[in-house]
Amino acid sequence: MAETLSGACARAVLGRAVWGLRAYGFIAAMWIRSSWAYRASFAIMLAANFASTALDFAAITLMFAQVDALGGFTLPEVAFLYGTSCVAFGLADLLLGTAERVGRRVRDGTMDILLTRPVPVLSQVAADRFALNRLGRILQAGLVLGWSLTRLELDWTAGRMALLVSMVLCGAVIFGCVFVLGGAFQFWAQDASEVQNAFTYGGITLLQYPPTVFGKELVRGVTFVVPLAFVNWLPALRVLGRDDPLGLPGWMDFAAPAVALLCCAGAGALWRAGLRAYRSTGN
Amino acid sequence: MSDADDDAFIAVTDLTKTFRVRRRSGLLRRTTSEVRAVDGISFTLRRGEMTGFIGPNGAGKSTTVKMLTGILTPSGGRLRVAGVDPWKERTRLVRRIGVVFGQRTTLWWDLPLRDSFGLVRRMYRIPRDRFEENLARCVELLELDGLLDVPVRQLSLGQRMRGDITAALLHDPDVLYLDEPTIGLDVISKARVRRFLARLNAERGTTVLLTTHDLSDIEQLCERVVVIDHGRLMYDGALSGLHEVGQGERTLVVDLERELPPVEGITGARTVRTEGPRQWLAFPASASAAPLVSQLVAAYPVVDLSLREPDIEDVIARMYEGSEGRSPSTDSGRPGVQPQR
Repeated sequence: MAETLSGACARAVLGRAVWGLRAYGFIAAMWIRSSWAYRASFAIMLAANFASTALDFAAITLMFAQVDALGGFTLPEVAFLYGTSCVAFGLADLLLGTAERVGRRVRDGTMDILLTRPVPVLSQVAADRFALNRLGRILQAGLVLGWSLTRLELDWTAGRMALLVSMVLCGAVIFGCVFVLGGAFQFWAQDASEVQNAFTYGGITLLQYPPTVFGKELVRGVTFVVPLAFVNWLPALRVLGRDDPLGLPGWMDFAAPAVALLCCAGAGALWRAGLRAYRSTGN
Repeated sequence: MSDADDDAFIAVTDLTKTFRVRRRSGLLRRTTSEVRAVDGISFTLRRGEMTGFIGPNGAGKSTTVKMLTGILTPSGGRLRVAGVDPWKERTRLVRRIGVVFGQRTTLWWDLPLRDSFGLVRRMYRIPRDRFEENLARCVELLELDGLLDVPVRQLSLGQRMRGDITAALLHDPDVLYLDEPTIGLDVISKARVRRFLARLNAERGTTVLLTTHDLSDIEQLCERVVVIDHGRLMYDGALSGLHEVGQGERTLVVDLERELPPVEGITGARTVRTEGPRQWLAFPASASAAPLVSQLVAAYPVVDLSLREPDIEDVIARMYEGSEGRSPSTDSGRPGVQPQR
């Protein structure tokens, strides 16, 4: 009896997940088709996305015009770190970037509309305005990564290949979780006024610049750099065949999949809690 | 579907919803107070009934509708819609209900109507033939042809509303909630929407709950009204019964031969206004006009007479005023105010 009950439960959860993914698929497909109607604007957006992210890397190459190594890393090595993390981030941004809009949806009341449809709310939020022009970032980072691989002259064993693929995929999953966590957090802090306060009172330096310069980027920096250290940095060092300056145990290099799974569980739980809180308090 | 009782298709028992409102008092201190937005409401709707749901702003209407649609979880009481517990089985419920919010669209702003409807079809997993049939019917009755390829943001308010109504009906819901469906519409659009809703209710037997501030919507569409104020049920019954409860008055407009002092001595009536030879006499809506008229004709030189039915807006305004004194206690300010939206 217990087995059949838990089996039914597992099937229900699985069915819901599959339905959520399918719903994500057809909503995203609709947005792609509708943006295809404006092909020129799509091409421009894609190019702009490509160019603006390419500037990041241009800055790095400029630095290397003056020095031969940065913190002991050569340009191809830095390009490798840059490429893997940016591809991972780009994938997450492409697939789940719009989860950031929860706060706005709560404020303008459209969250209620999502709740009146028989589709998981996360699928609806994440697939909304799905924009392929975010591929620009991935393309750019992919090129940088490709170039670094041609220059690194590494011995491509199967293990190394697997580590590379897994670090990019796990990175994408973890960044995706950070997007979902950020979205879930906004169920509680809709106007994010408390967060705003932390920034306005946070430091006199910040006040000397317009808050828009910092706000988002600083939050992004902190929230994305921390998981990055564990998921991108450590396996990257192993791929590059270098020693970990922090001297962490060697198995940490392979911890990414576990961390990714853990992040998924955490993000899922917080998302559900956020939705439950929203449904009991409204806005 | 035999899982629902047709006499109590929507059953609401002692429904309550309490919000905690945090307010800043002083620099760092915060006080939390509880506001009862919905305070023990009970009513049942029969299957196929079309009911008006009215109340002033902040009365708890939207909160109640949000609980009925599974958006909000109730704080207390019982709730069943088409045999489903709305907050426990949201996904199952929403397949059986349609929701139209007059103030905001459920359509996708940047997509043409056709694509929006296509997404609705896939979300509700509507079989293709049923979808085509329902869409064709709505397009014809709501006069949407020629608009299907227009992005929603380019539609006029009336067109968008008709699109919203279509989107809410493509999956053949048993229950349709309409929140201010005629707000901001011109006379022609209003008439079109009302005609359509009346027909939907008559032909398909869809149970309709209509929230509105426009009482003419209710006069033209609903036989039954539920009135709430300060989160409590004020009235539940036939529209005609509202007049008695709200002490509605009918008005006899009398044209006399010449200008005379205000008419006096007619039992049960009082003169409320005079303008030249014309005078207005008010009397309770429940009283008969015949004895009044005979008394009047016997005593005064009457040229012409006409009778005006009570204005439902006045009746309801009077009801709200009457309820102001015995409102449920809240912390301060306007009683019963609750976070709307």
